[in-house]
Amino acid sequence: MNEKVVEMTCVVCPIGCDLKVTLDENGKFLSVTGNKCPKGAIYAKEEVTDPKRILPTSVKVIGGELPLVSVRTEKPIPKRLIFDAMKVIKSIHVNAPVKRGQVIIRNILNTKVNVIATRTVKENRKSP
Amino acid sequence: MKIAVIGTGIVGSLIAREFTKYKVEVEMFEKLPDVGWGVTKANSGILHAGYDDEPHTLRAKYCARGNEMYTTLSKELDFKIKRVGSLVVAFNDKEVKTIEELLERGRKNGVKDLKILSKIEALEVEPNLSREIIAALYSPNAGVIAPWEVAQAAVENALDNGAKLHLSTEVESILEENGKYRLNTSNGIFSFDVVVNAAGLWADELAESAGVKVTPLHPRRGQYILLDRSDLVKTVLFPTPSKAGKGTLVIPTVHDTTLLGPTSEDLTPSEKNSTETTVEGLSEVIKKAQKLVPMVNLSKAIRTFAGLRPENDIKDFVIKREKNMIHIVATRSPGLTAAPALAKDVVEDLAEKLNLRTNGEFRPKRKAIPRIADMNERDKEKLINQDPSYGRIVCRCNKVTEGEIVEAIRRGARTLDGIKFRTTAMFGRCQGSFCTVKIMNIMRRELGNDFEDIVKNLPKSNIVDGVVR
Amino acid sequence: MKKLSYDVVILGGGAAGMGAIKGVLSQNASVLLIEREPSTGGVLNQCIHNGFGLQVFKKELTGPEYHEMYLETVEPFDAMYETTVLDVNFENSVLKAINAAGIYEIKYGALVLTTGARERPFEALRIPGSRPSGIFTAGLAQHFVNLENHLPGRRAVIIGSGDIGLIMARRLTLEGVEVEGVYEIMPYQGGLTRNVVQCLKDFNIPLHLSTSVVKIHGRERLEGVTVANFSDGNPVSGTERFVKCDTLVASVGLIPENDLVDKNIETSNDGGAVVDELMRTSVDNVFAAGNNVCIHDLVDFVTIEGETAGKNAARVAKGQKIPKREGFFKKGKGIRVLSVHYTTATVPFKMYVRVEHPMNMAMLKMNDTKLKVVLNAKPSEMIEIMLDPTKYNLKGEIVISATEVKK
Ligand SMILES: Cc1cc2nc3c(=O)[nH]c(=O)nc-3n(C[C@H](O)[C@H](O)[C@H](O)COP(=O)(O)OP(=O)(O)OC[C@H]3O[C@@H](n4cnc5c(N)ncnc54)[C@H](O)[C@@H]3O)c2cc1C
Ligand SMILES: Cc1cc2nc3c(=O)[nH]c(=O)nc-3n(C[C@H](O)[C@H](O)[C@H](O)COP(=O)(O)OP(=O)(O)OC[C@H]3O[C@@H](n4cnc5c(N)ncnc54)[C@H](O)[C@@H]3O)c2cc1C
Ligand code: SF4
Repeated sequence: MNEKVVEMTCVVCPIGCDLKVTLDENGKFLSVTGNKCPKGAIYAKEEVTDPKRILPTSVKVIGGELPLVSVRTEKPIPKRLIFDAMKVIKSIHVNAPVKRGQVIIRNILNTKVNVIATRTVKENRKSP
Repeated sequence: MKIAVIGTGIVGSLIAREFTKYKVEVEMFEKLPDVGWGVTKANSGILHAGYDDEPHTLRAKYCARGNEMYTTLSKELDFKIKRVGSLVVAFNDKEVKTIEELLERGRKNGVKDLKILSKIEALEVEPNLSREIIAALYSPNAGVIAPWEVAQAAVENALDNGAKLHLSTEVESILEENGKYRLNTSNGIFSFDVVVNAAGLWADELAESAGVKVTPLHPRRGQYILLDRSDLVKTVLFPTPSKAGKGTLVIPTVHDTTLLGPTSEDLTPSEKNSTETTVEGLSEVIKKAQKLVPMVNLSKAIRTFAGLRPENDIKDFVIKREKNMIHIVATRSPGLTAAPALAKDVVEDLAEKLNLRTNGEFRPKRKAIPRIADMNERDKEKLINQDPSYGRIVCRCNKVTEGEIVEAIRRGARTLDGIKFRTTAMFGRCQGSFCTVKIMNIMRRELGNDFEDIVKNLPKSNIVDGVVR
Repeated sequence: MKKLSYDVVILGGGAAGMGAIKGVLSQNASVLLIEREPSTGGVLNQCIHNGFGLQVFKKELTGPEYHEMYLETVEPFDAMYETTVLDVNFENSVLKAINAAGIYEIKYGALVLTTGARERPFEALRIPGSRPSGIFTAGLAQHFVNLENHLPGRRAVIIGSGDIGLIMARRLTLEGVEVEGVYEIMPYQGGLTRNVVQCLKDFNIPLHLSTSVVKIHGRERLEGVTVANFSDGNPVSGTERFVKCDTLVASVGLIPENDLVDKNIETSNDGGAVVDELMRTSVDNVFAAGNNVCIHDLVDFVTIEGETAGKNAARVAKGQKIPKREGFFKKGKGIRVLSVHYTTATVPFKMYVRVEHPMNMAMLKMNDTKLKVVLNAKPSEMIEIMLDPTKYNLKGEIVISATEVKK
């Protein structure tokens, strides 16, 4: 058999377990070791098929006490879509006030994942 | 009578102020965006006692006298001097001879209170000094200042007394025309009855443009390392001087930091902007500073920088008068110390020749920007009561308040360095990593600038480039 | 001068300070927070990336979410914002503070220091060349991008592979700034592997180990840097190359912020406040927690430390006796950073260490006692050690060491 072992670091949490992933000759996932929790196994499998990442960034706010509100995808989205997602995120704005957890973009790029605000931005009472 | 002063270094600024004591119209020209950013911005900041300079030189004529004049000047213009004293230390018998000669020379130059200390006495004055020394020449009169602060103060006071200031205006040439002088500048043509060229490193070229021959200048670079606030040394420490100059020193600054340097590197006349530091230069500074003070700890380094001395072959200042035009060339060390005496002589001499009338309304006093960090509790409270922005600390390292920054802007700061060199914000150990954004926001509010338009110092030294969204 | 008095005063409202408030309130003591900025949160406010909260909230959050969610668990408290402490008189337990309303004299029963860390500025590296604009600490660049809506430049070089530098490499790339590369003088990375993977590898940003900047170019704005390979901390001649860039982001270390107090309380040689497991400093009624004690990778541990500090500070302020120090820890072979430094040997507690250099398999020992084996130990990743006084003798001098072992 032509099994292959690839090494990777789990990025699901800051512990960063060093994983050894065994693949079959077609590059299909067989097993994983080194993960301290089950999330690591899911990560390893995904990483060899279609890697996913949480995308943290920010969106323009109009009339807020800050010019930006930080946002992130609620769940990981496919890595290959990150720059397309950035394009969508860059093209929009929201009006203050913004609440933490508020959905800023629903179902971005048909991933079934929402982009949510990660902080509160109050209205700027000073601005016109 | 219209008088132009070219250059707002220590020399030009004090000359301009001196002229406002007479009934004349004074205009200052400065090619950089702010005053005092030439040689005056990067040097050792020492008021030398005056034992270094060979008798009969202009340096000897002005150094000790200039040093003395600083005491009154600092009261009038409200800037800080610390009379920290200095030690020239000798490591061997030959050097002891040299410091004995310096003592002699100092007495000839009219320097008061010099004395030679034994090793034990020197270590009492300066406990962190190397144990290898055998004697030292002590002068209680050496002091330290922030040189750019004096230039700012003198210009502010000159402006208050009616002078005018043209910043970012380079004088390209001086032409004599029907008994008047035409200045061709980057901002148009001006005409004056009297011109004083105090253009520092460029004074030779400017004199040349007016057809006046002077010995040409070349820059002699001095590199420095600045260490964070500490009580490492109390007095200015010199090695015994050699042919190369006064050597590499350890200097307690007016801001309680410690300055190590300078080096002494002769550059070519085309390198008048070469204020870079180098590996060799910085390691030389470290080596020589540690010889004087073995405890020097480089993990305390805040930043490095370099300055350029306007040097000529005769190693002395040159004051050249051609009718109503005066060129002050080769303002090498101790130009800072000498400047008040030199400025007074130059202006009084001209005033006498031109029969200038004194200005009865001259106001000698200027008030410094208030500094919360230096005040007692009662004064702090009083000031905050009048203006709450003096209670908001912006620069945490040097405890500079919003009120001080706004005041610096009112007095002409238009760049981050303009604020830095007026308030000491961004001057401390974090070098602005905390307060830069806050200061930019204050500038935006006070000046109506966009962030993109705010620069560090020169026109293309923008801080940010574009928006995220 | 206005006079105030509280059981516990907390200096700094970041993750540690918020934890401390909660700790104090749990003991029914009065508490005042003094914070220089207009709000709580500290560095969390600008850390908009994910990676926070797995221990405390069992969820992966961003910095701002962690801040708001934790704050919601804290009862209301007194706070003075935009207020700076000018000095602390440890003998009389009073401090002076300043804000736009004037000067305050504040008496405390106990003080908690949670002032965080500051960044080592690029200038401190003494790299030769010119001094143009375009040079930022990573935190300053992060502040510009995430809070001020401004980009630092168009083409960036990152010096130092600490976490903030790695995070900024990704952040800038996402916003269209070209990140030419990350240059690290050591032969190993400075930040978490997870950040190397998701901030550099994901975006094909090269990480140049054993390489650093040796010269700065440009008179007004930065025009480029010369980089060179390094061996044993010195540049290798002949390896210099010019890299064009208008932005240099320096991520060259955090320094515990103890400027206000380091003349009066004991600090370790890396600048952190020296504490015991109750988070008490060398002054009996002064406690400390968070990055001013030791630089943490994970905010969750900072919060927990803060809560411990607050709780014990409140006990001391209310006149309760807390146990004496019995044991003290020393860095042995292979250990770069260690915290806590003392123990009362009364309750089980966690100690954090960082190894001196990467080890495939590190054996951690306490004097001659084996504590645990850590695979793939790196200086960038803090190692936790549980110490239980019922299991180990924790009195007297205890040397903690880490050595490489074979399988
Ligand atoms: C390394 C070093 C250490 C020193 N240490 C000491 C010391 O400890 N004690 C001491 O007494 N002295 C010291 N000196 C000497 C002292 O710094 C100088 O003598 C003094 O600062 C010179 O001042 P200045 O006004 O002549 O020149 P500058 O400060 O250079 O002023 C000249 C000004 O003219 C402007 N300018 C130039 N050309 C033009 C133009 N064409 N048009 C318009 N404006 C123009 C420049 O921008 C500049 O602002 C030191 C010098 C150096 C470099
Ligand atoms: C860029 C970066 C990325 C990180 N990424 C992660 C991550 O992905 N996951 C994770 O779990 N952890 C991460 N951490 C670590 C963790 O977030 C921090 O260690 C933690 O937030 C530090 O909290 P603190 O309270 O000690 O310090 P800070 O947050 O720095 O708070 C200190 C507070 O004290 C105030 N202060 C300081 N001095 C004074 C004074 N004299 N008077 C009044 N107020 C004062 C300051 O203004 C500040 O608000 C990261 C840290 C950084 C810097
Ligand atoms: S395997 Fe689990 S514990 Fe390990 S890094 Fe991944 S998520 Fe964290």
